[in-house]
Amino acid sequence: MSAALNVVASSSIALLQDLGRTGQQRYGVPVSGALDWVSLRIANAVVGNPDGTAALELFYRGPTLEVAAGSARVVAIGAASEVVTGGTSRTVAAGQSVRLARGDRLTVGPCEGSLVAYLAVEGGFALAGDLGSLSTFPRAGLGGIDGRPIRKGDALPLALAGVPERAERRAPKWDLAPPARVRVVLGPQEDHFTERGLRTLLESTYTVSRQSDRMGMRLEGSPIEHARGFNIVSDGTAPGSIQVPGNGLPIVLLADRPTTGGYPKIATVASADVPALGRLRPGATIGFEATGVEEAEAARCELEERLGALRERLARRSR
Amino acid sequence: MVRTIHALPECASLSRNPGIPESIIPESIRVSDPQPRLAPNGDTALAVEFGERIDRATSERVLALHDRLARAGLPGVVELLPTFRSLMVHYDPARTSRAKLVRRIEPLLDRLEGDRAAARRWTIPVCYDPAFALDLDEVAARTSLTPAEVIAHHSSIPYHVYMIGFLPGYPYLGDLPQRLALPRRENPRTQVPAGSVAIATTMTAVYTLASPGGWHILGRTPAALWSQHRDPPAVLAPGDEVRFAPIDRDEFARLAHRAEAGELELESTSA
Repeated sequence: MSAALNVVASSSIALLQDLGRTGQQRYGVPVSGALDWVSLRIANAVVGNPDGTAALELFYRGPTLEVAAGSARVVAIGAASEVVTGGTSRTVAAGQSVRLARGDRLTVGPCEGSLVAYLAVEGGFALAGDLGSLSTFPRAGLGGIDGRPIRKGDALPLALAGVPERAERRAPKWDLAPPARVRVVLGPQEDHFTERGLRTLLESTYTVSRQSDRMGMRLEGSPIEHARGFNIVSDGTAPGSIQVPGNGLPIVLLADRPTTGGYPKIATVASADVPALGRLRPGATIGFEATGVEEAEAARCELEERLGALRERLARRSR
Repeated sequence: MVRTIHALPECASLSRNPGIPESIIPESIRVSDPQPRLAPNGDTALAVEFGERIDRATSERVLALHDRLARAGLPGVVELLPTFRSLMVHYDPARTSRAKLVRRIEPLLDRLEGDRAAARRWTIPVCYDPAFALDLDEVAARTSLTPAEVIAHHSSIPYHVYMIGFLPGYPYLGDLPQRLALPRRENPRTQVPAGSVAIATTMTAVYTLASPGGWHILGRTPAALWSQHRDPPAVLAPGDEVRFAPIDRDEFARLAHRAEAGELELESTSA
C-alpha cells in the first residue's frame, strides 16, 4: 500500500521546494528552491533528512494533510501546527518533530511573523522531480506534482511507509526575525547610478510590495537615480541581485529569478541574508547596508558553520 | 586627465567609461581588445565582463572562456552561464572565494579568440503561413518589403546563439539582417504560442513555451526546442549555429504530428 499525505483542504499557496535546480542556467532554467533555505535546512536536520530534501513551502497558512501511511514524522519551521487525532486536537510547536499515525490530520500555520513556513517529512517525498530537483517552477511546469502548487485532492507520496518511535526532537533556538537592514555588496552595475542614487539605496527604508512573488521582491519607497539610462545588455543574475528598472524602484531577485536580466543591478544581497528576505511579508520594511565581498563570504561561511553545528547537535541527541 | 587614466586599475575601464572619449587616451594604452572586468555579484557569483556590446567577437571570447572554465573544473564553481557579453561564474562561497577564483581565472583570459569548440549546426523548420505569422504583414509594411521578401531575408542566413534566457530554452539568435531590424512591439502580447519564431531589434528567437512576449511573430516551428524530459532540456546551446528552413502547412502538420509522438528529433552537424 502506498504511503502518502493527502491534501484534504488547502488555503493559500504551497509548493514543494528543495535547494534548487542547479546546473541548467545556461539553458535558461531558473534555479528556484526554497525562499528561506535556512528554515528548510533546519527542518530537514530535525527529521534527519539530508540538507537538500524537498519540503513543503507554504505561505501564511498551510493545507490540511491527512496521513495515509502507517505513520509519518514531520516538523514545521516557522509555524506551529494543529494535529487532529480522532476527535481531539493538539498544538505542536514550531520546530518540534511529531510522529503522526494513519488518519491523523495536520494543519500548519498560521506562520509566526514570517511569510513562509516549511513542513519537512522524515524520508522526504517519493517524487521523481525534473532536471534533478523537486523544486516547483510552475511557469515551466517543473518539479513538484505536475509542476504546479499542491491542491486539494493531491496525494503527496512519501518515501517511507512508516517511521519507528523514538524520542522526538526540537530545533535549537534560532532567530528567524529578519534584520532591519540586510547586507549588500555594491555592483555589478553600480556605475549606472549616481552618487545620490547609491545613497538612496543605502539610506532609505523600503516597503515590500504586494506585487512581490518568488521571482522578485518589489520594493516601494524612494526611487533610485540612474546615471545613464536603465537598459543594459542582458547579463547573468544572482540570488539577491537588486535590479533597478526605469521607475527607480528596486526589485530584489529571489529563488525563481530569471537567469539573465536587462536592468542594471545596483547591488547584490549577501547570500547569508537572502533567506531572511523570503520571510518578509508584503508591507514589511527593509533597508540595505554596504559590505564587502570578503565580509559577505565570511558571513556565509559562519552561517554554514552554525547550520552544521545545529545538525550535529540534533544528530547527537538521537544517539 | 591622463593622470586619472593611469590611476584606473584596468585598461578595460577605459573603453567602457563613456565619460572618457577615446581620443584623449594615449596611444600606448588604447586597447582594441580590452581586458575583461571581473565584477562581483555578491558572494555567490562573479561576472567576467567583456565590454557592453553585442557582437560576435565579444560572444566568441565569452564562449571560449566558458569552454576553458568548464574544462578546468575549478573547485567550488557551481555553474557557468554565458551571456551576450559576459560569463557568469556561480560559486559556492563555503567552498571557494572571489579572491581564489580571480587568481584561477585571470591566467585563463589570454588569447581567447578562436579558442572554442566547433559550433553545432542546426536547421529548424519554420512555417511562415499567415495562420502562424501573426506580424508578418506588419513587419513587411514597416520594412518596405513584401512578406515573401521578409521570409527570404529571415531564412537566408545562419544565426549565432548568443545566449539562452528569458524562458527555459529561449535562444537569442543574431544577427538579424539589418533590413528586418525593428524595435519590440509597443503592445506586448499576453500570450505568444509555443513554437513562435519572432524578431526584435537585431535578434530572432523561438518561444519555447507559451508566454507573454513583445517580439514580432513571423512563423512557427513544429519542433520542440525545449523538453524537461531530455538531458540537456534545451536543444540549442550558446555558440550553436541555426538556420531556418521554410516549410508549408502540410509539412508543418506532418512534423507537428511527429513531434507530438516524440519522434521529431532535430540533428546537428559539426561546423
